[in-house]
Amino acid sequence: METLTYRFENGNRRLPKPAEVVGVVSSGNLEVLIEPAPLDGACSIEIKTAAVGFGATWQAVMRDFHERWQLTDARIAINDMGATPAVVSLRLDQAAETMLGGPA
Amino acid sequence: MSSYLEATARERLQRLFDAGSVEEFLPPAARVVSPHLGQLNAPVAFDDGVAVGRALLDGLPVYAAAQEGGFMGGAVGEVHGAKLVGLLRRAVVEKANAVVLLLETGGVRLHEANAGLIAVSEVMRAVLDARAAGIPVVALVGGSNGCFGGMGIVARCTNAVVMSEEGRLAMSGPEVIETAAGVEEFDARDRALVWRTTGGKHRYLMGDCQAIVADSIAAFRQGAIDAIAACRGEPVELTLEALEQEQAMLAERIARFGGLADPLEVWAAMGVVQPAAIPMMEADVFAEAARCHRLGGR
Repeated sequence: METLTYRFENGNRRLPKPAEVVGVVSSGNLEVLIEPAPLDGACSIEIKTAAVGFGATWQAVMRDFHERWQLTDARIAINDMGATPAVVSLRLDQAAETMLGGPA
Repeated sequence: MSSYLEATARERLQRLFDAGSVEEFLPPAARVVSPHLGQLNAPVAFDDGVAVGRALLDGLPVYAAAQEGGFMGGAVGEVHGAKLVGLLRRAVVEKANAVVLLLETGGVRLHEANAGLIAVSEVMRAVLDARAAGIPVVALVGGSNGCFGGMGIVARCTNAVVMSEEGRLAMSGPEVIETAAGVEEFDARDRALVWRTTGGKHRYLMGDCQAIVADSIAAFRQGAIDAIAACRGEPVELTLEALEQEQAMLAERIARFGGLADPLEVWAAMGVVQPAAIPMMEADVFAEAARCHRLGGR
């Protein structure tokens, strides 16, 4: 297992609801827990993944996610069992859409 | 019509119970995860693979749990089991109208060994305690992982089991039987044989489940409503008389079918007119055809 953490600043969209979880921790899949949290305006993401050594790819996928959604005071936690970057992006979008009620 | 088989545990809860009524205890945000999986360098889930809570079922407040088959095959670890036990005990304290268990599980989570085994035995005790307190417990089995191992026993400790044909209910899974007894005894790769033997239709004919429904969340919802209604006016607790009836039914099964190798032969021996046609029947047509042949009330 590998734990990766990212923190993005300068977002502007607040999460209007308490925590939501999307996805399931199964082979090639992941769960995303998204919730509002007082983080001085930041969006923090913590990933626990079974696929070790893909930090650069995770960083790129998380950066793209933040550029799409611009979340602020948001905490995201991920349990991953080897999902591909495309699946991770879709799950993150699903989590944000569940919270904000529509596409980015 | 949305498939029960294909839905996740949370989707089943949201769609099977009255819209917007599910209130989860220890939700994922509480992050009560397995203490064992991390030590084994294995992924955890924020809910340890089971969602528990209360909800309305056709207006009736009930307690409910749904196992997530996608996470480690719905296997029961220490936290997972404790959530089920806690739900059942709280149902007793709060004098719940009923408990509905959406089971999808391979049984004990082997990673957690003794803790998982103890957890499953505690779930059995908690189910029987709930029944002793007069609270009906209903099990729904329709997930792709089936309901196996100790949780198969838990299902049969409840007042009623509602299954789809796609759902499977047994003690040992197909691969376990093949490994232990040989491929001549049971070919785990023969999917038709596996479903003939452990699937809902055979369970219904054998008296192991009390209702067979189509693979839709709406059908399972109605099955749960009907199963709870059927408990009204009946003794909910496990009685010696019921156990003796069960024992007699099992003895009759062995006497009548013990020498037969395939459920097709069993169905023929029961007097089913066209046994070979059974696997292709829709649930309602099958239920009608099976009603006069099936064994046991439970």
